[in-house]
Amino acid sequence: MTTAIQINRIHKHFGALHALKGIDLSIEQGEFFALLGPNGAGKSTLINILAGLIKPSSGDISVLGFDVVEQYRQARQLLGIVPQELVFDPFFNVREMLRFQAGYFGRGPENDAWVDEILAGLGLADKANTNMRKLSGGMKRRALIAQALAHKPPVIVLDEPTAGVDVELRQTMWAFIKKLNRQGHTIILTTHYLEEAETLCNRVGMMKQGELVALDSTANLLNKFSGKKLSLSLGEVSLPEAIRPMLRGQEKGVHTFALTDMAQIELVLSSLRTANIAVADMQLHEADLEDVFLSLVGKQ
Amino acid sequence: MPALNKLRDAFMSATTISPKYRGPWTLLKKEMLRFWRVGFQTVAAPVITALLYLLIFSHVLEGRVQVYQDVPYTVFLIPGLIMMSVLQNAFANSSSSLIQSKVMGNLIFVLLTPLTHLQFFCAFLCAAIIRGLVVGLCIYLVAVCFVDLPISHPWMIVAFALLGSALLGTFGIIAGIWADRFDQMAVFQNFIIMPLSFLSGVFYSIHSLPPFWQSVSHLNPFFYMIDGFRYGFFGQADISPWISLCIVTTAFLLLAWSTLKMLKSGYKLRA
Repeated sequence: MTTAIQINRIHKHFGALHALKGIDLSIEQGEFFALLGPNGAGKSTLINILAGLIKPSSGDISVLGFDVVEQYRQARQLLGIVPQELVFDPFFNVREMLRFQAGYFGRGPENDAWVDEILAGLGLADKANTNMRKLSGGMKRRALIAQALAHKPPVIVLDEPTAGVDVELRQTMWAFIKKLNRQGHTIILTTHYLEEAETLCNRVGMMKQGELVALDSTANLLNKFSGKKLSLSLGEVSLPEAIRPMLRGQEKGVHTFALTDMAQIELVLSSLRTANIAVADMQLHEADLEDVFLSLVGKQ
Repeated sequence: MPALNKLRDAFMSATTISPKYRGPWTLLKKEMLRFWRVGFQTVAAPVITALLYLLIFSHVLEGRVQVYQDVPYTVFLIPGLIMMSVLQNAFANSSSSLIQSKVMGNLIFVLLTPLTHLQFFCAFLCAAIIRGLVVGLCIYLVAVCFVDLPISHPWMIVAFALLGSALLGTFGIIAGIWADRFDQMAVFQNFIIMPLSFLSGVFYSIHSLPPFWQSVSHLNPFFYMIDGFRYGFFGQADISPWISLCIVTTAFLLLAWSTLKMLKSGYKLRA
């Protein structure tokens, strides 16, 4: 089966800045894939190359076998991209915008049923005839997603789709996107809400300074990197040297340690006992994607 | 009326358009609806401006200036004013649409589509031509209510109106692509379009100018468009309309070629 997205040795230079340093990545059809990374990691540059908005310095990207530069018409026909910025055309209402967007891809009135389905699925049905200017920020964001879906693309890229969307609307949106994924659409997501990526995505790629620093299934990444988190209420204390490298965070006297195996609990506790530091409270958590993210790309 | 309704329905639903051409057709339709939604600003305002020029200049100069034999000054003025409005509005349509879409960021919705650079060009160009012609036609229809305007060579009128609006529509696309801010666009409007249109012989024949300024006028492409257009009405022109037609056609083809090159390379649109 042809891969949904095939990225081969993509480099991008902006003057002296080497924004992408030879990214290789394959995303299979039907995957729900998360692309994570701090600001400036190169995620948006990679997505913009995929979208044809930026030309790569070298390397190639294809969508379902069609090169995004040489066969851009076929590639773009298969791709729906939700841009990160909250942009809209103030002259038209939501339904008109969706019809126009579908029309650019050669879809005519036969596509109207799908437009209605998108409007219903994203909770925009009652706003269909409202001018884009009059929508709230969250509604505009959903209208942006609707526009990317208007031509029913098999591959959908969501670049920070939930920024500014409240929890209830976010859930409605994800329910619809998950339904599309179950129907076979490939979804590529970039987000700052790591719990979203953890819940929704089968596979995760993490970028740092233009490189892909991790690529694995969500479950494998969680197992491979962080093990468990130990939170201890210690107050404002100076930690013993031996356990400082394990410290992941400290807030209001609660120190959080990343443990790779359970034996490390004893090491932490015995070091604290030796240093005469009392433990007021203790909690043990499973690691989440945020821990993996922080261990790979560091705190921002 | 049923025929008009049928035409409107076909336009809105695009059922008669082959899927192959639906992309550029949709972009054209969107561009036309865009200017139609603000028709007071995009059609009514330039018509009123042109009619004010006509009222003031004819009131001041009627009977004092005679440009062509047997052609009153007010009648002489009308074709030039029509053409000036056609040109200015064709430029305004493509340039303002592009700069607004760039500044607002919504041009991305078009850039993400499989539309080719040629389809993009044709859609913006046709919308510019249509707006220019609609404004020109409205001025003509109002003017002929008050003035008896002869038509000597109708095909020349059509040819110059189409070519002139196409040339300025294309120039508007270039300006829209090049400009990143509204003040940069204002440079085009205030320092290129306005001076060239006012100094093109709209209000006078270049034969009334000193020889030096006559030569300078020959460097102004607007002069050929307005002179040729006026020939269509009166059968008289400052230079041969065929020469004007050749110059305007060549200018359009050169500008269209440059614009297509810009669009194909993604200049200022794709990094």
